[in-house]
Amino acid sequence: MAIRTEPFYLNIGPQHPSTHGVFRLRVTLDGEVVVGLEPIIGYLHRGIEKLAETRTYTQNIPFTDRLDYLSSMTNNLAYCMAVEKVGAIKVPERAEYLRIIFSEIMRISSHMMAVGFFLNDLGAMMTPVLYMWREREKIMDMFEMVCGQRLLYNYMRIGGVSQDLPEAFMPAVKKFLAEMPRYIDEYDQLLAQNEILLARSKGVGILPRDTAIAIGASGPVLRASGVKWDIRKMDPYSLYDRFDFEVPIGDSGDCYDRYWVRMLEIRQSVRILEQAVAQIPEKGPIRADVPQFFRPPRGEAYGYIEAPKGNIGFYIVSDGSIAPYRVHIYPPTLINITALQDMVIGWKVADLIIIFGSIDVVLGEIDR
Amino acid sequence: MTLLDQFQLLLKAENWPDWAVYLTPAVAGILLIIVFILTIVIVFIWWERRLLGRFQLRTGPNRCGPEGIFQPIATAIKILLKEDIVPEKADKLIHFMAPVIVFVPILLIFAVIPISEGAILVDLNVGIIYVIAISSISVIGIFMAAWASNNKYSLIAGMRAIAQMVSYEIPVVLSLVGVALVAGSFSMIKIVEAQAIPYVLLQPLGFMIFFLGCLAEMNRCPFDLLEADSEIVAGYHIEYSGMKFAMFYLGEYGIALAYAGVIATLFLGGWQGPLLPPIIWFLIKVFGIFSVIVWMRATLPRLRVDQLMSFAWKFLLPMAVINMLIIAIEVLVGTMQWLMIILNFGLAALLILLWSRLFTLGGGRVEV
Amino acid sequence: MTVAINCEEIGKKLQEVFPGSVVSTGKADILVDANMLQQVAGFLKSTAGLDFDYLTFLTAVDYLEYMEIVYRLVSLNHNQSLILKTRCYSRENPVVPSVVSLWRAAYYQEREIFDLFGIKFDGHPDMRRLLLWEGFVGHPLRRDYL
Repeated sequence: MAIRTEPFYLNIGPQHPSTHGVFRLRVTLDGEVVVGLEPIIGYLHRGIEKLAETRTYTQNIPFTDRLDYLSSMTNNLAYCMAVEKVGAIKVPERAEYLRIIFSEIMRISSHMMAVGFFLNDLGAMMTPVLYMWREREKIMDMFEMVCGQRLLYNYMRIGGVSQDLPEAFMPAVKKFLAEMPRYIDEYDQLLAQNEILLARSKGVGILPRDTAIAIGASGPVLRASGVKWDIRKMDPYSLYDRFDFEVPIGDSGDCYDRYWVRMLEIRQSVRILEQAVAQIPEKGPIRADVPQFFRPPRGEAYGYIEAPKGNIGFYIVSDGSIAPYRVHIYPPTLINITALQDMVIGWKVADLIIIFGSIDVVLGEIDR
Repeated sequence: MTLLDQFQLLLKAENWPDWAVYLTPAVAGILLIIVFILTIVIVFIWWERRLLGRFQLRTGPNRCGPEGIFQPIATAIKILLKEDIVPEKADKLIHFMAPVIVFVPILLIFAVIPISEGAILVDLNVGIIYVIAISSISVIGIFMAAWASNNKYSLIAGMRAIAQMVSYEIPVVLSLVGVALVAGSFSMIKIVEAQAIPYVLLQPLGFMIFFLGCLAEMNRCPFDLLEADSEIVAGYHIEYSGMKFAMFYLGEYGIALAYAGVIATLFLGGWQGPLLPPIIWFLIKVFGIFSVIVWMRATLPRLRVDQLMSFAWKFLLPMAVINMLIIAIEVLVGTMQWLMIILNFGLAALLILLWSRLFTLGGGRVEV
Repeated sequence: MTVAINCEEIGKKLQEVFPGSVVSTGKADILVDANMLQQVAGFLKSTAGLDFDYLTFLTAVDYLEYMEIVYRLVSLNHNQSLILKTRCYSRENPVVPSVVSLWRAAYYQEREIFDLFGIKFDGHPDMRRLLLWEGFVGHPLRRDYL
C-alpha cells in the first residue's frame, strides 16, 4: 500500500522569534520539506516616501534612520549623498573622513549582529550573540559619545556631519581597533570549523551566480555567490579610493559563504578604519555651508552606497522648493529576498529559517 | 539490604500490623524521594541559569535573594499564578492528560536510583531494564501534547519527537548491555558495588554512546529540535501555560536529574569515593554531569532532524553493536581490568576516527 | 568608476535598430516610448558591448500630466550605467510593458509601483499589491491622493 501524503500550509507568521521583524511567510510543507513559499510583507509600512515629500530635506534625515535601523549611519549617508548630488554641494575633507569612519564602524556592528543572529537561528542559544555584543557595546558607547544616541543616530547632515568629535573619541577608537583583531580571531576559532555549523550550512541554500545577478542582489549576498561587485571599489564615493582594502568573495553562495564573507568584511573594515584614523586631518570644517531651508536646483540624482546589507540608494527628484518632489528608497534586502523561493524549495523547515537568517534582512528597509 | 528493608524488619520486630509494616516504609521512601527530587530540581534550575550566564559572559540571575538562589522559587510562583489557557478547538481530555503522562514516568525512574549506600526505594533485580522501559512512556505523553494542541507547529514537533526518541532508544539499550555484562547483573546496587574501577574507564565508547543517547532522550542541546525556540517556537508545549507548563518544565529538569543519576550509578561508580559521605559524592557526580550538559547547551548549535536520525542510525547504532561485541568477547575471555582499559580506549579512538572519516552529517536537499 | 554611458550615442544606435523608440536623450538618461520598451530593454541587455544585465532600481514619479517610470541599468562586466525612462500618460488605466522576463529584479519593484501608483505592468506573473493590504482603495503615492 503506497503511503499518501498531503501538503499543508504553515504560516510562519508576523510574530515569530526568528523572522527578524514582522515578516510573514506562507509555506507549503510536505512533511518537513518545503515545497512552496510565499513572502507577504507590508506589516511595517509607514509611508516614508510619501511623508518625505512634505518635509524639508533636513527633516527627512531622521526618517532614514528608521529604514535599516541596525545601521542608521549608512542610511543617513546615502540620503545626504543623494541630496548633495542634486544640489552640487562639496563636502569638506574632515567631514568625509568622519563619514567614512562612522560608516565602517557601523558595518562592523551590523555584520556582528547579523552573524550572531544567524547562529542564534541555528540554535546556539544566544551565546554567539552575547559574545558579539560585547564588542557592539563598545561601538554603541562610541556613538553615544559623539551624537548622544545608541541606535538611531541622525548624525549626518547635508554637506557634512552634525557635530565634531569629543576629546575621548579618538583614543576609544584606537583602543577598539587594537583589540578587535584578537576578538575576530576568537570568533573564528570558536565558529569557523564547528562541525555542526558546517554540517548545517555548507551547501544549504545555494544562490547561483547567474540568479544572483538576475535578481539584482547586492552586498554580501551577491559577493558570496562569486560576483566581485563592491561599490566602494567599483564606483568609489566619498574618499574610498584613498584606502587600501580587499573585497572578499565566496565561491558557492551557500549560507556558510555568506557568513564567512561577513566575517572577512569585518576584518577589512578594521583595516580601512586604521587607515582613516591615521589620515584624518586634525582640524577643519565639518559641514559645508548649507542654508537651513535648502533649495537645490531642479533636477534628479541617485545617491547610493555600499551599506552593510547591500547597495542602499536614494533617488531624489527636486523641483526647486524646500521639500523634495519625490524620494524613492531602493531597499537592497527586498531585492535580496526575491530569490528566496529558489534557495529554499527542497530543503526543510529548519533550513528555511537559516537561509532566511543568512540573507540578513531588516523589515524597516523592506517595508519602508 | 537497602535501608528501607532494614526499616521494614525493624517494624516487624516491633509487632506492627502487617499492612503497616508494608505501607509505612513505602510511603516514607516515596515522600523522601519526592522531597529529594524537588529540592535538587530547584537547585538545578538555579545552577543552570547561573552557569549558562557565565558561559555567555554575563552573570545569571542575581536579584532574587543572595546570588539569585530564590530565582527558581520566584519562577515557580510565577508559573503557578498564570492563567491556564486551553485552545478552543483542542482535544480537552488529551490536552489535560499529556503533562501527567510526561511527568509521572520521570518520577517513577527514581525508584531504582541509589542515592547513597543502601538508600534506594526498591532494589529490583532488573533495574536497568526498568529505567529504559519507564522512560519510553514519556514519548506518548509528548505526542499527546503535540497532537491535542491543534497547532501545526506542535504537530511538527510531535512528529520529530517520536522519530528522535524512538531511534535513540536502541543505542542506549545496547550500550547498557555492555555495563550489565561486565557487572554480571542488572540490579543497580550490584552494578555500583562491582565498580572497583568506574566503568567510564573500562568502557569509554559505551559511556559516550550512552551519554549522547541520554542527551537525545532528554531533548537537550544539540538535540533539542523539539522545542527549538527559533524555528517552531516552543515545540510541543506551545499551547500550554500555567501549572501544565510547570509540569513540562519541571519534567525537563527532573529527567535531567534522573539520567544524570543513572549515568553516575552505571558509569561513574555511584556513591563510592574516599573521605566524604556517599550522598555528597553522588551529588558531586550528578552536578558534574549536569554541568557538562549545560556546557553543551551553551556552546553547540542544533542539529537538523534528518541529520539527527542519520547520527543515531548510522553512527551510534553500529558503534553500540561493535562495543557490545568487544565487551562480550573481553568478558568471555576474562581479560584483566587494566588490560581492558587500554584496549577499550584504543579501540574507541580507532572506531571514532574511522567513523568520522566515513560518515558525513550533511546532505538533505530533496528534489521537489 | 561606474561610468554613465554616453546617452547620445546609445540613443542614435537605438533609433537605427528600433526607429521611433527614442523620444529624447538627456544628459544621463534616455526616454523611450512605452510601446517599444521591451524591445529596447532586450536590446540593451543582450547586445555585446552593452551587456546591461543588472537592474538596480525601478521606480515611478508622478508629474501630474504623466507618470514617468525610471530604470537604472548597470553592466557589471564593463562597469557602465544607464538610466532608462518611459512615460505613461493615462491616469485611469495606466499600462506599461513589464521587464520581469528580462530582469527578475523587477519582480517586487513593479508590484510596489502598482501598489503605490496604480500602474499595471503587462506581463507580470503576479500583479497585486505588495505593501498595502488587499482591499485598500487608492494609490497613495500619486500627487493627487492627499
